[in-house]
Amino acid sequence: MGFEIIMPRIRRELYNKEICACSIFGAMNQGGERVSASGVMKAIANMRVRGNGLGGGFAAYGIYPDYKDYYAFHLMFTGKSPQAKQEAKLELEDFLSSRFDVVNDEEIPHDDEVKLRDPPLVWRYFVLPKEGWDDSGIVPSEGDYIADQIMAVNAGIDNAYVFSSGKNMGCFKGVGYPEEVGEYFMLDRMYRAHTWTAHGRFPTNTRAWWGGAHPFSLLDTTVVHNGEVSSYGTNRWYLEMYGYACTLQTDTEVIAYAADLLMRRQKLPLEVVAKILAPPIWNSIDRLPEKERKLLTTLRMVYGPLLMNGPFAVIIGTTGRMIGLTDRIRLRPITAATRGETFYISSEEASIRLISPELDRVWTPNGGEPVVAELKSTKKVLI
Amino acid sequence: MARAVTSEPGIFGARQYYQNVEIPSIDARGLETRELNDQLRELMLSGGKRVQITNVCGQRYIGTRLYTPEHLEMEIEIFGTPGNDLAAFLYGHHKITVHGNAQDGVGNTMDDGEVVIDGRAGDVLGFSMRGGEIYVREGCGYRTALHMKEYDGKRPVLVVGGTSQDFLGEYMAGGIVIILDMEVQSHKANFIGTGMHGGVIYLRGDVDQSQVGDQVEISPVDEADRTVLDDYVSRFLERFPEVEKRKYEILNSQFVKLAPRSKRPYSDLYAY
Amino acid sequence: MRSFVFPEFQIIRDEEKCGQCRACERHCSFGVHTYDPVADRLVSDERKCAGCQRCAVFCPKGAIIVRPSPSYYRPNASWSREKIEDLKRQAETGGVLLTGCGSDKPFRIYWDHIVLNASQVTNPSIDPLREPMELRTFLGRKPDLMEIAAEDGDIEIKTELSPNLVVETPILFSAMSYGAISYNAFRSLATAACRSKTYFNTGEGGLPREMRDEFGRCAIVQVASGRFGIDAEYLNCAQAVEIKVGQGAKPGIGGHLPGEKVSASVAETRMIPPGTDAISPAPHHDIYSIEDLAMLISALKEATNYEKPISVKIAAVHNFAAIATGIVHAGADIIAIDGLRGGTGAAPKAIRDNVGIPTELAISSLDRRLRDEGIRNRCSIITAGGIRCSADVVKAIALGADAVYIGSAALIAMGCTLCQKCYTGKCNWGICTQDPRLSGRLNVDIASARLTNLISAWSHEIREMLGGMGINALESLRGNRDHLRGIGLYEWELDVLGIKGAGE
Repeated sequence: MGFEIIMPRIRRELYNKEICACSIFGAMNQGGERVSASGVMKAIANMRVRGNGLGGGFAAYGIYPDYKDYYAFHLMFTGKSPQAKQEAKLELEDFLSSRFDVVNDEEIPHDDEVKLRDPPLVWRYFVLPKEGWDDSGIVPSEGDYIADQIMAVNAGIDNAYVFSSGKNMGCFKGVGYPEEVGEYFMLDRMYRAHTWTAHGRFPTNTRAWWGGAHPFSLLDTTVVHNGEVSSYGTNRWYLEMYGYACTLQTDTEVIAYAADLLMRRQKLPLEVVAKILAPPIWNSIDRLPEKERKLLTTLRMVYGPLLMNGPFAVIIGTTGRMIGLTDRIRLRPITAATRGETFYISSEEASIRLISPELDRVWTPNGGEPVVAELKSTKKVLI
Repeated sequence: MARAVTSEPGIFGARQYYQNVEIPSIDARGLETRELNDQLRELMLSGGKRVQITNVCGQRYIGTRLYTPEHLEMEIEIFGTPGNDLAAFLYGHHKITVHGNAQDGVGNTMDDGEVVIDGRAGDVLGFSMRGGEIYVREGCGYRTALHMKEYDGKRPVLVVGGTSQDFLGEYMAGGIVIILDMEVQSHKANFIGTGMHGGVIYLRGDVDQSQVGDQVEISPVDEADRTVLDDYVSRFLERFPEVEKRKYEILNSQFVKLAPRSKRPYSDLYAY
Repeated sequence: MRSFVFPEFQIIRDEEKCGQCRACERHCSFGVHTYDPVADRLVSDERKCAGCQRCAVFCPKGAIIVRPSPSYYRPNASWSREKIEDLKRQAETGGVLLTGCGSDKPFRIYWDHIVLNASQVTNPSIDPLREPMELRTFLGRKPDLMEIAAEDGDIEIKTELSPNLVVETPILFSAMSYGAISYNAFRSLATAACRSKTYFNTGEGGLPREMRDEFGRCAIVQVASGRFGIDAEYLNCAQAVEIKVGQGAKPGIGGHLPGEKVSASVAETRMIPPGTDAISPAPHHDIYSIEDLAMLISALKEATNYEKPISVKIAAVHNFAAIATGIVHAGADIIAIDGLRGGTGAAPKAIRDNVGIPTELAISSLDRRLRDEGIRNRCSIITAGGIRCSADVVKAIALGADAVYIGSAALIAMGCTLCQKCYTGKCNWGICTQDPRLSGRLNVDIASARLTNLISAWSHEIREMLGGMGINALESLRGNRDHLRGIGLYEWELDVLGIKGAGE
C-alpha cells in the first residue's frame, strides 16, 4: 500500500465522530465446532439496557466453508431511494469487475418481517484479485492490495461501503437492537461459526446509520468496541499516513485499522500490539527490569500516536483468534470465562451465564492485558 | 424440602445452592429490571420480610427501591447472577445474599444493611459506601472501595476473601477494608490507596511500597487492629461456613495495615 | 520567601473623614486594617486586600476608597500584569493557581450582541400590568403524544406522565453547596426559592436534616462525584435529583473542599469526618461511559420510586450537543448546561479561563440538535453560566432554554462583589465562609428578601419584554429565534445561534 494521504485535508477539522457506548460479547469454540448464532443473540439481548436500539452487529468466523479461499465482501448500498442504491451498486460492480474475479454474488438473505429502520441494500461478493494485481511491484502483499481497494470504495464511491472483507468470515450489522439485526439477517438459521462476536450499541445521536454499527473490520480483522477513544484525532491522522481512510464516522474504526496495520502489515505479535494500544503507565514501566523497560519505552516512543486513550473494552477477532482487551486502567468492563472448549468474553457475566449457566472459570482480565482464545483445530463439519 | 438451584465450581470446589421452599420466592426469569424491583417492593410493602429470587440474570439495582419512610426491612436471597449496581443506595437494615457471582457496582453509595456474595464481585465494589457491611467470598475487580467514607457512628466494612485488582481504596475517606487472599495468590494490585485520606485497609500477607499510593503509610498491625480483624474476619467466616475451619490459620497470619498519612492529602497543591 | 507581587489594590483613607471607629478593622477578615494606638490612626496593609469593598461600604464616614492599584509594570501586550503576577506566585509556591467566581476574561458575551423584538402595528403589544402574562414552566420529560379515553364526554388521560417540576418563573437557583457557601447563604436561597415558587439546588454538599421538611418542597438535590450526604432520605425529600457531571467553571475536573471549611455541621451534612478534605473526584467513578450514566439515572429513579425527574448537569464543551443527546437517550428528564462563564467557589485558574464554550452558543446548538433528532420534548433544558439580568433570561429562552439557573447573580443579590477570593473561606460578606463570625453577618431574613426581590423584579421585566413582543405565555417564546437579531457577529456565530443579523 502506498503512503498516500487519501483524506482531503480541510481547513477546519470538522470530522464527525459519533460517540457511543455499548455491550460486547464474544464466544469461540476453540475445538472448531461451528454453532449457530442463537446463543450469542440471546446473550447480547440480555444486555439490552447497555444499548439503545440504534446499532447492533455480529462477526462470524467459519461461515463460508464453500468459498473459504475467496474474499467475502459484504457491501452496504445506502441512499434515500432504491434507485440511488442501485446506482451505487452499479458503480461498485463496475469497480469490482475491473479489479477482481467475482465468483459469486447475491443479496444477503434477510427477513423482511423484522422491521428495521431504513435498511440499505446489502449484498455479498466472493472475489479474488485479478491476475496481475501485483504487476506494478509496489504493492507489498495481496492483503494490502485488497485493503487499498476497500479504502478506494469507501472513500470514493458514494453510498457504497464495504463492511466485511475477510475469507470464510463475515460481519452483519445494522440499526436496531442486536438481536433484531440478528433476526433480520437470520443468523440463527443461516450460519454456523466457530467464533461469534456481537455488539449492542448506544450512540448518542438518533440518526445512527447502518455503517456506524459494529463490528468494524478490514480483511479478517473485526472489532467490537465499548467506550470512547479520546485520542481519535491523533490516531486518525497517524493512520491516514499509512493510507487508511477513516470514513465511517466512528472512533472504533481506528482500532480496526490500527490492528490491521500492526498485526497484518507490520507483523507484530499480539502481546506487543496490546502494549501499543494499551501501554502500561510510565510508573509501572520505570520499575521493570532493563530489557522490558527498554521495549516498552521504545514502543511508547515509536507508537505513541496509536495509544488508544480513554475508556475502551474491545473484542478483536481474526481468523483463529479472539482477543479481549481493555484500556490500560480498565475503564470499561470485561469478563472472560471458559466452559469446556468454549471461551467467552462479555461486558457482563450474566450474559455468559444465561447461555452457559455452569462455567469452568470466570475472571476479569487486568487492564491492558489481552485475553486470547485460540482455535486449536477446525473440525470437519458435514454440511 | 430443598432443591438445588444451581451448582458451580468455585475456588473452594463444587458448590450446590439450595433454595428453601418455605420462603416466598420470585422467579426472575425473563423479568425486566423494573418489573423485578416492582415485585420486590410490592412484596415488602405487603409485609414480606424474606424473599428468594431465582433465575436472576443481569437484573440491576436489586435492593435500591426498598426505601420507605417507615424503614421496612427485608431479607433477600438471590440465586443467579444479579446485574450491576446491586444494593446501590441501599438504606436500612436489609440483608442481601447472592448465591453466585455479582457484577459491577455492588453497594454503590450504600448507606446501611448487609450484602453477602457467595462468589466474586466485579469492579467498583463498595463505591462511596458509607455504612453497612459487604462480604465477598472470592475476589473482586478494579476500584474497590473507591471513596468509601465514614461519619459519626457509621463505618462501612468490606471483607473480601480473595484479592482485589488495581486502584483498591482510591480516595478512600473512611471505613474498613479487609482483603484476605485466602488462596495466597499475593496482592498484585497497583495504585492501592491513591489519594487515601481516611479509613483503613488490612491486607493479609504483604504488599510492596511501590504498589501503594504516596499518601499511604504501610505498618504492621497492632493489638487494636487485631481486635478489629478478629471481629470482622469472624463475621466473614460465619457467613461462609465451609471456610470457617481456617479461622485460626487466617487470624494468626501476617497482616499489614494501610492508613493515610494525612486527612488533607492535597493541602499543598495550590498557590493562594 | 519574600513575595515579589505588589498589591492588587490601593486603599485611600480620607484622614479628615476617618473617625478612628475601627469598623474597617472589624469588618476585614483578611486583616488589612489595623489601629495604631500611638498615632491614633488606622493603617492599611494593601498586600492583604482582596478588593471586596466591605470596608468601603461599611465605613460610617465613607472615608475609604479601594481601587485597583495604579502601579504597573512596563506595559506589554503579551505579558499583562496578571500573567506576570500569576507567574510570580507560582514561582514562589510551586502550586496550582486557584481562583473563585466565573471567568473574568474578555470572551465575547453574546447576550450583548443580541437584541430583542417588539410589536409595532401588526400585532398589539401587551400590557402585563393589566393583562394575563404567564411564566409558569414545566421542567421534565413530556410524552410524544397523549393518549386519552373519551367516554360520554368524560375524557381521561391514558398516557403515563413523567414527573415534572413546576416553576412560576423560569429562574432557578444554581447548585451551591453548603460547605462552599455558608449555612445562612444556603438557607437564604432555600427560603427565597420557596417564597418565589421556584427551586434551589443543594449542590453536592447534602441538605441539612432540619431543613428537609420545610425546604424539601423547593429543593433539587444533587448527586455529584463525591457522593456527599447522599442517602435515600436525602434523595426522597426533594422534588428532583440532579446528577452533576460537570460545571462550567471547571469542566472535566473535580474539586477539593479544603478541610478547614469542613466544620462540624458541614461534616454532618456531608456525612464525613470534620476537618478532612472533601474530595470530589473528577469523574463519577461509576460513570465512565454513556451507558453507565444511563445506569446511574435508572438507579436514582429506582431509589426515588420513579417519583422525581432526574436532571443531568454538564459543562458546555466541544462535543456537548452529541453528549447531551445521549443523555436524553439515557433517560434524563432535564439537562442543565453550564457555560464558560459559570461561577465556582474554587477552581484552578488555568481550567476556569481556558476550558468550555459560552452558554449562549451551547443552548442554541443543543436545542437545535435535540429538535433535529426529534427528541426535544423528551427533556427540558436549564441553562446556566453567565446570566446577569432579565434580558439574558429572555434571550436564553428564545434560544431554546426552558429555564435558567442563576448562581453568581444570586450571590451578588446577597452582597457578593465577585472579589474571587471564595476559596480562602474568609468571605467578608458572610457568603462563602464557614467562620461563624463571618457567616453571622449574613442575615437570612434580609438576604432572602433581597433574593426574592431580585426574582420578582426580573420576572416583572420578563413580562414586560414578553408583552412588548406580543407574547403572553412564556412557552411561545421558547426557541422562538425569530424574536432575536444579532449585532456585530460573524456569519458562523449567527449560524450557531440560528439567528438573523439585525436588519435582515
